[in-house]
Amino acid sequence: MKELLIGNAAVARGLYESGCKYVSSYPGTPSTEITEEAVKYKEIYAEWAPNEKVALESAAGASFAGARAFSAMKHVGLNVAADPLYTMSYIGASGGLVIGVADDPGMFSSQNEQDTRRHAIAAKVPVVEPSDSQECKDFVGIAYEISERFDTPVIFRLTTRVSHARSLVELGERTERENIPYVKEVPKRVMMPAMAQKRHLFVEERTRQLAEYAETSPLNRVEYGDTRIGVICNGISYQYVREALGDVSVLKLGMTYPLPDRLLTEFASKCETVYVVEELDGVIEEHCRAIGLSVHGKDVFPLCGEYSQGLIRKVVLGEESRTVSVGDTLPGRPPVLCPGCPHRGLFYTLKKLGVYVSGDIGCYTLGAVAPLGAVDTVVCMGASISALHGFQKVEPDKRKAVAVIGDSTFIHSGITGLIDIAYNKGFATVIVLDNSITGMTGHQNNPANGYTIYNDPTAAVDLEALAKACGIPSVRVTDPNDLDGTRTVIEEELARDCPSLIIARRPCALLKGVKHSAPLHADAGKCIGCRACMQLGCPAISLSAGKASIDPTLCVGCGVCAGLCRFGALKGGD
Amino acid sequence: MANKSVMIAGVGGQGILLVSKVIGSFCAHMGYDVKVSEVHGMSQRGGSVVTHVRYGGDKVYSPVIDLGEADLLLSFELLEAARYLPYLRADGTVITNTQRIMPMPVITGASEYPEGLENSISSAGVKLISFDALTPAEEAGNPKAVNMVLLGTAARLLGGDSGMWHRAVTDCAKPQFAESNIRAFDYGYSYAERSKNV
Repeated sequence: MKELLIGNAAVARGLYESGCKYVSSYPGTPSTEITEEAVKYKEIYAEWAPNEKVALESAAGASFAGARAFSAMKHVGLNVAADPLYTMSYIGASGGLVIGVADDPGMFSSQNEQDTRRHAIAAKVPVVEPSDSQECKDFVGIAYEISERFDTPVIFRLTTRVSHARSLVELGERTERENIPYVKEVPKRVMMPAMAQKRHLFVEERTRQLAEYAETSPLNRVEYGDTRIGVICNGISYQYVREALGDVSVLKLGMTYPLPDRLLTEFASKCETVYVVEELDGVIEEHCRAIGLSVHGKDVFPLCGEYSQGLIRKVVLGEESRTVSVGDTLPGRPPVLCPGCPHRGLFYTLKKLGVYVSGDIGCYTLGAVAPLGAVDTVVCMGASISALHGFQKVEPDKRKAVAVIGDSTFIHSGITGLIDIAYNKGFATVIVLDNSITGMTGHQNNPANGYTIYNDPTAAVDLEALAKACGIPSVRVTDPNDLDGTRTVIEEELARDCPSLIIARRPCALLKGVKHSAPLHADAGKCIGCRACMQLGCPAISLSAGKASIDPTLCVGCGVCAGLCRFGALKGGD
Repeated sequence: MANKSVMIAGVGGQGILLVSKVIGSFCAHMGYDVKVSEVHGMSQRGGSVVTHVRYGGDKVYSPVIDLGEADLLLSFELLEAARYLPYLRADGTVITNTQRIMPMPVITGASEYPEGLENSISSAGVKLISFDALTPAEEAGNPKAVNMVLLGTAARLLGGDSGMWHRAVTDCAKPQFAESNIRAFDYGYSYAERSKNV
């Protein structure tokens, strides 16, 4: 029987069946489960790297050693790994090197909507794109064949609706592969100018050969039907097109760089009206126009957000969806910090202090939303620290400013910013929210918590010693649920002329080992409805008939709210 | 059998992903083609969450349900049932928990939780089955099993015998909750029978 797998699990199965031996990744929605599933196969060694650059470089090393290697990341992770990507394109692959990159059209859990194909084209690396879980598994094998045959890294591009959709997959067996014996080849693997100049010539010739391969690759498929409408599409768009338009003619591209000119031209010549249906950028469309084809693309389809079968029906057929609704505008339900989350107390304190907060990427980005609303900026992983440094260099009066960054994000790319501050005589106050886990992506171990992806105990980064070693003179530790204590520590460090690191340490409330107390309850007799407790933005607290009320199914008994009540109305349930 | 679409809505943390997995597993056992679409990450943190299950005897292409396409909207919270109503066919069915979970804009006082949502949903012309699923879940020994109570009621509409559903539940859920999950499922399954309107 077939198995119902999410796309990411099917990619992992593809890695297993293709004889992949090495996976190194940094978690990032929607790519995370590839590595979490790969680690379940004992034939594959997998690890969480400190960031995507390290992950891809270590996968490159495994490829040098002759093994099939893989690295998974989200789209913005490839920005971090762009440096090794662009030069690994020159060096190529010994053992197959495939990079799984998951884009997030619609930005369900991302800070931008960039299109990975742009990176691939700039790096001159081929792109393979599956459209369902079966293809996720099968195309991994083809991606490795391309990598080894053409001596190139391959980008395996996914999107949220492929990564996180379950569909049926016919499983196969693993083909075990011996490592390709290592041979020292300095002109191929040492990228100094004289060698790189020659390798660039190779890369251009390789791209020409890959374009030729694309003409007959099993990844690209023509399905002729009614030729009045022809659709060129990739990835999940193929499924939407088939759902929406029935028996039209379709050129389904499973390889979206480089593109097959003759195949595109022949298909376009046989269809009356040709649409290119691709989410995000008009990459295929631009190529079609460049080779003289007349197609519709972003002139009728949006550049932003996800597509759907309804959108395609509307654009191509002019059909509107019939819908029913309750008519009223409904209150939104944005994501919030969980009940008992240790970040809540810290953001409450920062808001009360009225400081400028240079924020970062993780669960604690939610410190930006009401009622906490404590965060001023969020750019990318690590930017909290470095951007605060720049802010304070030109705004020295702005002493009331802090950076907040999670433990995993600090390891990822916060340390270099901290060194910048120490080295360049900054005076920033940096707060590491150490909750002992990588939270937002669903609880991955990281170098600061002392456990590997296998849950084996390992060396843990000593944040206090690290900060000292970087040249940060003042390092403090506080419990963010102790509001008064934390406030005092932050005020003292803000008053200093030297940089400082505050570690706000308390484990994520969702971690298995964390013991919860009984839910609190609100005493309606004592509550005067002042709403002081509601400034915490805890989803377990709401107002009922003008009085605070605690939902016992949500409350985990952290007790932070009780400390805010001057009337003793919120009590531990013990 | 013509292909069917089931949308499952609720608040992050209510076990929405699990129910879509169970329905997906059930459909696979029934020999249907099936696709399930989930969203992970940021949207799970107490936010509005929706998953999509599409299945049937014909090939299923899109893993997502678009506006006006769902045959069944299964909601674990009342406001969320109203929110995703536009995804339901005009002749579709809503099964919803009557439990109200306050979203942050209501908690902060920025907006109000709408009154009379059950009436509004009925007035839209769709078939509505609504009941309190929290109490039976608590009686089953697990207040988190609201999802299983509602799944039990939905199972009556989706077909198949309860044994196959039990198998799908035990295949997907954590073994330590198997018993209370099955008890909660059975409550929902028999609720459908008792209320005669399913």
